[in-house]
Formats: sequence, C-alpha cells, structure tokens
Amino acid sequence: MPEISSISVKVARGGPEGAQRMQQFTVPAYESQTVLDVVTWIQQNTDPTLTYRFACRVGMCGSCAMMVNGVPRWTCRTHVDKVLKNGAMEIAPLRNLPVIKDLVADMDPFFDKWVAAEAKHHPSRTRDDPIPAIDPDAPERLVASAGIECINCSVCYAACDTVAGNPDYLGPAALQRAWTLVNDAKDSARDAILDAVSGKGGCHSCHSMGSCTAYCPNELDPMSAIAGLKRETAKRYFRGRAK
Amino acid sequence: MKAVARAHPLWLAYILHRLSGIGLALFLPAHFYVLSLALTDAARLDAFLRFSDLALVKLAEFGLVFLLAVHFFGGLRLMALEFLPWSAQQKTWAAAALAGSFMISTLFLMRAI
Repeated sequence: MPEISSISVKVARGGPEGAQRMQQFTVPAYESQTVLDVVTWIQQNTDPTLTYRFACRVGMCGSCAMMVNGVPRWTCRTHVDKVLKNGAMEIAPLRNLPVIKDLVADMDPFFDKWVAAEAKHHPSRTRDDPIPAIDPDAPERLVASAGIECINCSVCYAACDTVAGNPDYLGPAALQRAWTLVNDAKDSARDAILDAVSGKGGCHSCHSMGSCTAYCPNELDPMSAIAGLKRETAKRYFRGRAK
Repeated sequence: MKAVARAHPLWLAYILHRLSGIGLALFLPAHFYVLSLALTDAARLDAFLRFSDLALVKLAEFGLVFLLAVHFFGGLRLMALEFLPWSAQQKTWAAAALAGSFMISTLFLMRAI
C-alpha cells in the first residue's frame, strides 16, 4: 500500500505498579489503516516490548478494545482516519479495569461480575429430555434475541460512569446478559437472576446515562435491557408485597 | 491522558438532571427562609419582594423555573424509562423534556416582565 504521511500517536505505557505514562510514537500512515494496525506497527518496528491484546482482527472476538482518544472502541474495526485529530491520536487501555501492562486491561473483574449477576445458563432440562421448541417470533424471545450478540468486549463497561463511581456495580454487559436469560424460555432460574441483579450494585444503580448504548460497537442496547430488569424487579417486589 | 468522551444526548440529559437537582436543593432553604419571613418579619419580606421586582432578579427566577421544569420533566422521563414499556425514542424524550422546560420558563419570564 502507498505510504501517505505519518501519524503522531501517544500510547499509554506501564504496568500496575505506578501510574501509566504516555509515550510518543510516529507511525507511517496507510490507506484503510486501523488503530490495531498502528499498535502492531509500533510493536513490530519501534518497540517490541509494547504489550497489547488482540485475536481475530475482524470484530468477532472482542479482545482488542482500547480507549482511543477517550472513546472505548474495538481497535480492529476503527479506521485511523475516522478518529485522527490534527494528525494525532491517543491510545490507552480500557477504562474501569486494572491495567496488566501498557494497553492490556485485566478483564477478571468484568467476568466476575457476569457470574455475580447470574448471567450464566441455568438448564431447565437434562440431556435425556427432548429439546423444547422455541418460537423465534415470541415477544419474550425477541427481547432475548436483541441482546445475545454481545461478545464480552467490555466497551460498555469502560464507557460507563456508574462503573467508574461504584465498584460494586455489575455493569451493562453482565446486566444485559442477565436480561436475555430472564426472557429465555430455556433458562430455569428467573428468580435467582432477578435476586442477583436487584441487590447492591445491581440494575437499580444504573443512572441511565446511556453511554453503554452510545458506544456499543455491536449496536446493542444494554440501557434498555437494564431498564427491563428495573421494571421486572420492581414488579416482582410490589407483587411480593401485595401477597 | 485524554478525558473520557461523554457528550452524547443522554449523558447530557443525565448531568442536567443532576445539576438542576443540586441547584434546586441549594435554592429550597433560601425559599423557605423567605416564606418564613411572612410570619416573623413582614417588613423584611416586603422589602425583599420589592427587591425581587428588579429585572435581574426576574432573570434569575427564569433560571430557577427552568431548573425546576427541567428537573421535573427529566424525572418524569426517567420514571417512564424505568417503569413503562421500553421506548426507543429516549433521545427524543430527553430533548422534549428540555424543550418543554425552556418553554415553561420562558413563558414565566414573559409574564414576569
């Protein structure tokens, strides 16, 4: 590909010990270059110690998310010319997660919260039972299907100011997954899920800022899922009181 | 490091709701104090009411009515968001809350002057 000019990139460096510092690099610009291409170029041509995470390079695995000019993005699907400001950009690890090194965030708290939200499948049958028929157009199935394309990239988690301010908050991804399971006819633990998401740090901690929905690269809508959980848990609470 | 980008409509609606709430919370004690003057010191209340006829005070009142209206409509929007069936028009509702508040506070200002 023809070389056009160069890009001035600031990259966050350093590990969990001590604050991160920004290091300046100059990278040749190419047509259709992605932010991941830039990071890879730096590692292969300038500084082999630069640490970052990626796998599929095509927006399927969700492992290459980083903060690009303050916005959480999949770096593999972000074209440099879309985010460049005056020929420069800044790349940092995902917000709201501990840093392992350079651009690699520790995803453990993110996944631990999926488990805490009961956002895991609770089988309703054994392998010996026949497979139940699921109507793909049933209203509850449509609600569940709207959220199941999440690939756990943590972009919403990094975008959320409630996560930043409340360490107990389960976060948009885990709550959206819980909402898909609440609406899933094959899941048997609706009450356990609603209990898990209505406690401290649950769905009612959400302030409906909508950054999760605004920045989700898969164009999912975790904010509506969390609103759904708020509705269901409130309904269940008042029904419980009425008995 | 760069600040996190937040300036999308629903985040702005969120911060407006919070700031208007703080503004109203700060205003309320002063409001109740002035009302209490009706019982404790009528002369000072009259003096204050004359002071409140100044154009600058009317303008400040416009701000207060705007804060109240935007907090009221913003709160209704949030309750609708959380308790009514989901509507995909959240940004429109946020904008409507802002427009409605601006209309009400401007009507107040036009009546006041």
